[in-house]
Amino acid sequence: MRQRIFGLIVKELLALFRDKRSRFVVIGPPLIQLIIFGYAATFDVNRVAYAVYDEENSGTSRELLARFEGSRAFRCLGYIHSNGEIAKVIDRKKVLLVIHIGRNFSRNLFASPPARIQVIVDGRNSNTAGILLGYVNQIVEDFNASWLPLHGIKPPAGVLRPRAWYNPNLESRWFIVPGLLATLTLVVSIVTVGLSVAREREIGTLDQLLVTPMRPWEIVLGKVIPGFLVAMGEVTLIFLAAIFWFRIPFVGNLLALYVGLAFFSLAVIGVGLIISSISMTQQQALLGSFFFLSPAIVLSGFSTPLRNMPEVVQWVTLLNPLRFALVVVRRVFLEGAGFAEVWPQYIPMALIASISLLAAWGVFRRRVG
Amino acid sequence: MRSGLVRFLALWKKEWIQIWRDPASIAIGVVLPAVLLLIYGYGISLDSLRLPIGVVVENPNPLTASFVAGLERSRYFSPEPYGAIGGAEEAMRDGKVEAILWLWSDFTRRGLREGNAPLSLIVNGVDANTARLLEGYFQGVWSQWLQWEANTSGQPLLLPVEVESRIWFNPALESRHYLAPGVIVINMTLVGALLTALVIAREWERGTMEALLSTPVSMAEILWSKTGPYFVLGMGGMAVCVVMAVALFGAPLLGSVWVLSLASALFLLSSLGMGLLISSALRSTFLASMVAIVATFLPAFILSGFIFDIASMPEPIRLFTYLFAARYFVTLLQTIFLAGNVWSVILPNLVALFLMAAFFLGNAWRISRRSLE
Repeated sequence: MRQRIFGLIVKELLALFRDKRSRFVVIGPPLIQLIIFGYAATFDVNRVAYAVYDEENSGTSRELLARFEGSRAFRCLGYIHSNGEIAKVIDRKKVLLVIHIGRNFSRNLFASPPARIQVIVDGRNSNTAGILLGYVNQIVEDFNASWLPLHGIKPPAGVLRPRAWYNPNLESRWFIVPGLLATLTLVVSIVTVGLSVAREREIGTLDQLLVTPMRPWEIVLGKVIPGFLVAMGEVTLIFLAAIFWFRIPFVGNLLALYVGLAFFSLAVIGVGLIISSISMTQQQALLGSFFFLSPAIVLSGFSTPLRNMPEVVQWVTLLNPLRFALVVVRRVFLEGAGFAEVWPQYIPMALIASISLLAAWGVFRRRVG
Repeated sequence: MRSGLVRFLALWKKEWIQIWRDPASIAIGVVLPAVLLLIYGYGISLDSLRLPIGVVVENPNPLTASFVAGLERSRYFSPEPYGAIGGAEEAMRDGKVEAILWLWSDFTRRGLREGNAPLSLIVNGVDANTARLLEGYFQGVWSQWLQWEANTSGQPLLLPVEVESRIWFNPALESRHYLAPGVIVINMTLVGALLTALVIAREWERGTMEALLSTPVSMAEILWSKTGPYFVLGMGGMAVCVVMAVALFGAPLLGSVWVLSLASALFLLSSLGMGLLISSALRSTFLASMVAIVATFLPAFILSGFIFDIASMPEPIRLFTYLFAARYFVTLLQTIFLAGNVWSVILPNLVALFLMAAFFLGNAWRISRRSLE
């Protein structure tokens, strides 16, 4: 019996890896995606183009503007000379920001502060706009804090000194790349396992399998184990790339990470097998995988925080194994967590894994019976 | 010529019957977009409200109490008092609070005497974006409180320069307004490529393509009859999405519906074309579906500017995004929805979509025709 399952595992792995194209599809895209998305998926706001409309053009206004030029977040694209041009450059997305300094800026600054500067922001991407405004306020705040003592005036009572734990420079790459480790593992496992049974059904080899002395649960196991091996191989590959290519700090317990991702991939394989056994054709299996995959990624906290979702949606996410895997990956990578901190995340993933694998076995047995 | 038309109509009818008998296609075309839009519309939000923040005040007095009350009034924070910094740090490690405000014992004294006393704000930096927004919100609450305190104490607050911000297109900075158009793009990418990716590959795999080719039908006719019905289905899904985005999520639709329809049609053609190209080139449903997933969903999610701003990406990646139709469609939809008919943005992006559609459909035709010989 053990030999039978072993034979099935070898057959599955051969089916995946012997064909050059399918071998490439399993190994290539996850790595390519990791590299591309690791660089692309950033919330950091860098080198944002802005234009200046300086009606006064005095020493003081230039002093303030120099602070914008010195900031890494901004990149001056040029000067404009009329109100009408503001709409032109913003509507056409030439710049995201226009800094408008009025004609009486210095006079107001010295005679009747506060002197106002106007900042016009393109709000089409509200996240970028919010962060940009934060940067603008920070720069003006700094200008104020240094201007006041120079002119012998007592500054406001306090000044904000923020600092960040775990990710001191607030690089979103440190947040996204470990997330991709779990997300890409999900994509690969769901696609390889999710299509496997449906494909065998469509080309007729499932019937051949069923006339062998193998029991349904043996066949299911013969699908689960190769999928698991492929997923763990994928995890290792992506993990190494995250550490050595992206130089994401890894300060936690490696074993705690692997145990978590093992539970995760079993849960995903279970879901994939259910989809695959329910589907009559590969097209249906693909659709089913997609129907699971895209909400699973969106409602996981991968890109937008779970806390921002309505409460009902937050309950729904409790069914999503990716949600728990992301917590494990990020806490172990960045916060230095070990088993003591992440074990509560294992339980729901283990539950999802056992329920879905049992259900897959049930569906499969009924389908073939 | 007439027989050509009859042939074409017959093929077209065959495709429709095939779609009609396999309810999955209709589900993908119309039901799936509606469901996904619902999930994404509610699920994706970058507006953080009521962030839990630990507050440690070492030397409580009326001044600090008044600031903490200001923090409580803000819709962005829900403060949680802690007696000492140790307890607050533990809460942050357990993920109970996202940040800690730590007012040292000499804060008030220093602040009142010389000013610029440090307000120590420790944030959990793992989610860098939320952390950065949190810092911004906090700065806002602090400045507001300073103003309010100055007004009540009768001492005018001296701020040399003040920023007056005007946010265009989305004054309340509601992330839902810019995400809704993006969600439509993700939806339509999925639908378009998925619907077709498997169609041609399936015919090759089952051998029915040979059967079709032995008839007098030309390759172009086969491809058009494959694209047409799915195009109609996809446009139906698109209409459902737009109506939901406007009615349910309150996304303003400032531009014209005609421009929107034209953009959608071009985008659908290009993603259907890509699906056809993938399946004609690979001829295996397994590979075609792998490539369809890899080449559509994740790029539309990450490389299109839907959530992550393209301008902030490194140069090589930014150039790479030009290869994806979703990028142009996201720009078009965000502009049409939030800014109106800005032709200088709309025209180049429409042209780009047209070229992509022509490229994919043309190559799908070329590859399938070559494999005939």
